Amino acid sequence: MQSASKAPAAAARQKKPDWNKRFRDFKENAPYLIMIIPAILVVFLFNYLPIYGVLIAFQDFMPGDPILSGETIWVGFQNFTRFFNDVQFWPLMKNTFLLCIIGFIIGFPLPILVSLALNALKHKKAGKVFQTIYTAPHFISLVVLVGMLQLFFGRYGLVNNLAASLGGERISYFLESSAFRPMYILSSNWQDFGWSAVIYIAALSNVDPVQHEAAMIDGATRFQRVLHVDIPAIMPMISVMLIMSIGGLMGVGYEKALLMQTDGNLAVSELIATYVYKRGLTGVPDQAYATAIGLFNSVINVVLLIIANTTSKRFSENSLW
Amino acid sequence: MTVKNPAFKIKESHALKDTKGDKVFFVINAIFLGLLALIILYPLYFIVIASFSDPDAVLGGQVVLAPVNVTFEGYEKVFQRQDIWTGYWNTLWYTVVTVLLALAVTIPAGWGLSRKTTPGKKFWMLYFIIPMFFGGGLIPFYNVMSSLKLINSPWAVILPAVMSVWNLFMTKTFFESSIPEGMLEAARIDGAGKFRTFFSIVLPLSKAIIAVMALYYAVGQWNSYFNAMIFLQDEGKYPLQLVLKEILIASESTVGGSGETILQQYRLANQLKYVSVIVSSLPVLCLYPFVQKYFAQGVMIGSLKG
Repeated sequence: MQSASKAPAAAARQKKPDWNKRFRDFKENAPYLIMIIPAILVVFLFNYLPIYGVLIAFQDFMPGDPILSGETIWVGFQNFTRFFNDVQFWPLMKNTFLLCIIGFIIGFPLPILVSLALNALKHKKAGKVFQTIYTAPHFISLVVLVGMLQLFFGRYGLVNNLAASLGGERISYFLESSAFRPMYILSSNWQDFGWSAVIYIAALSNVDPVQHEAAMIDGATRFQRVLHVDIPAIMPMISVMLIMSIGGLMGVGYEKALLMQTDGNLAVSELIATYVYKRGLTGVPDQAYATAIGLFNSVINVVLLIIANTTSKRFSENSLW
Repeated sequence: MTVKNPAFKIKESHALKDTKGDKVFFVINAIFLGLLALIILYPLYFIVIASFSDPDAVLGGQVVLAPVNVTFEGYEKVFQRQDIWTGYWNTLWYTVVTVLLALAVTIPAGWGLSRKTTPGKKFWMLYFIIPMFFGGGLIPFYNVMSSLKLINSPWAVILPAVMSVWNLFMTKTFFESSIPEGMLEAARIDGAGKFRTFFSIVLPLSKAIIAVMALYYAVGQWNSYFNAMIFLQDEGKYPLQLVLKEILIASESTVGGSGETILQQYRLANQLKYVSVIVSSLPVLCLYPFVQKYFAQGVMIGSLKG
């Protein structure tokens, strides 16, 4: 607690750093630092050491080599140019980008729509029940989710049984490359739209009821109130989520795609991330090359994030930093 | 309770006379939400009824709304499989250890980071934010684990999972918004040190965030397969998800032969698949209704500061 009379003294102290006081401050607050140390260590080991390990992308590296030593062979951007000339380069870029952008176009508005609909529901208890149902699939593991997809879309699965009973032909959806993206994206949405909606529902529950009442006095219908009260209220949240999503536009992970890959759909399901896994950890590993591809992908993501943030800052007050 | 605020009166009287447009809107809205609920529930329901129906009926498409020729043959088969039980046991202890370590790391760190006077606070904030947006990628991560001699060790599955930067920031936000300054000041005046304050004042007030974090870390570890797949070599160490992967994710392309043999393989395998989906998801799904309010709470805590 700093009283007004002490303020000038504090200002004077700031000019001449009082090392004794600083030391006392540090000693008094050191317990906070000690509490953070385990987290610092874990992040150092599993986040920062790998960032340092990225150096091998610029080397001629064999598994087991030290990252820096007298014998390190530096090759500059050779691994990157090799990737740009790889026959797989454009297909990988295209597959990754299309999967992300289509997923984004469907997956971004859906939770917003659901949260608005839930918020407009008259019976609040029913809303809670719906929300419980919608969030449940979030807790299903990816292995089980893809397993369920195979059960439903397999040659003798539910979907094919239905098609056959209607006189259609049986299709092995997992062997059809055209079915990969729809199955991937729709199942992701099935699993996560409810979960993603929670954050908007929280924001909507904070809307001041007076705003709704004022709109009602002006004769607004419920739908008009959605447009003119609810949507403006969650706009800042939408902006933040939009920036984050754009930052992730090339950032689709390998975990689900790897589970869904078959020889039949590989032309569409091979993504940058799965290619990194295959080149770096399976067969005859080419770690430097795989690391370079991964780094290229990370850099794209950071650049996209910065562009999205700067644009949002320019046109609105919302930004991540 | 007497209503004096005119705004409340308007709300009440309004509820009595929705316009026609409003009524249509409410009906369409309810139908939309109901359909979504069906889309979520039906696949889950189908898995349940298929798991104890006659496999031939399932393959023949007769199982749609109710189980046909109820049989527990599939469950018997699953209970006889040693690999599923080993996987279950492994996952259980990986999860318990992960959660205990994760709480020991995340909760104190969240508290430390939430204090204004923490030495070097700005630097450490940046230190934890950077990994949210940039990482070394899979191969350098693998090499780090390899040089830490963690290949084929259960710790390769546990240790990287004991800290998530997202969870750390959620914990920090919780502490910033829900521990009253007055109590801390009182503790300080009573002569309690920083550690004492944390253990005797802060922790008892933090049951909500501890529950949320325990659940997040537990579900994360229970459902993960990838680290186990790349780091573990002995099948005896496989967690449940990896065992499931071998049961569930059979590549169709590897199934050769005529239509008849394919059908036969389907018949044998599918029942096992339906049952193992249920057996593996049961703990999480049973827990879910009880803990879901905490899960949602967690997201809201995180969203307070945006």
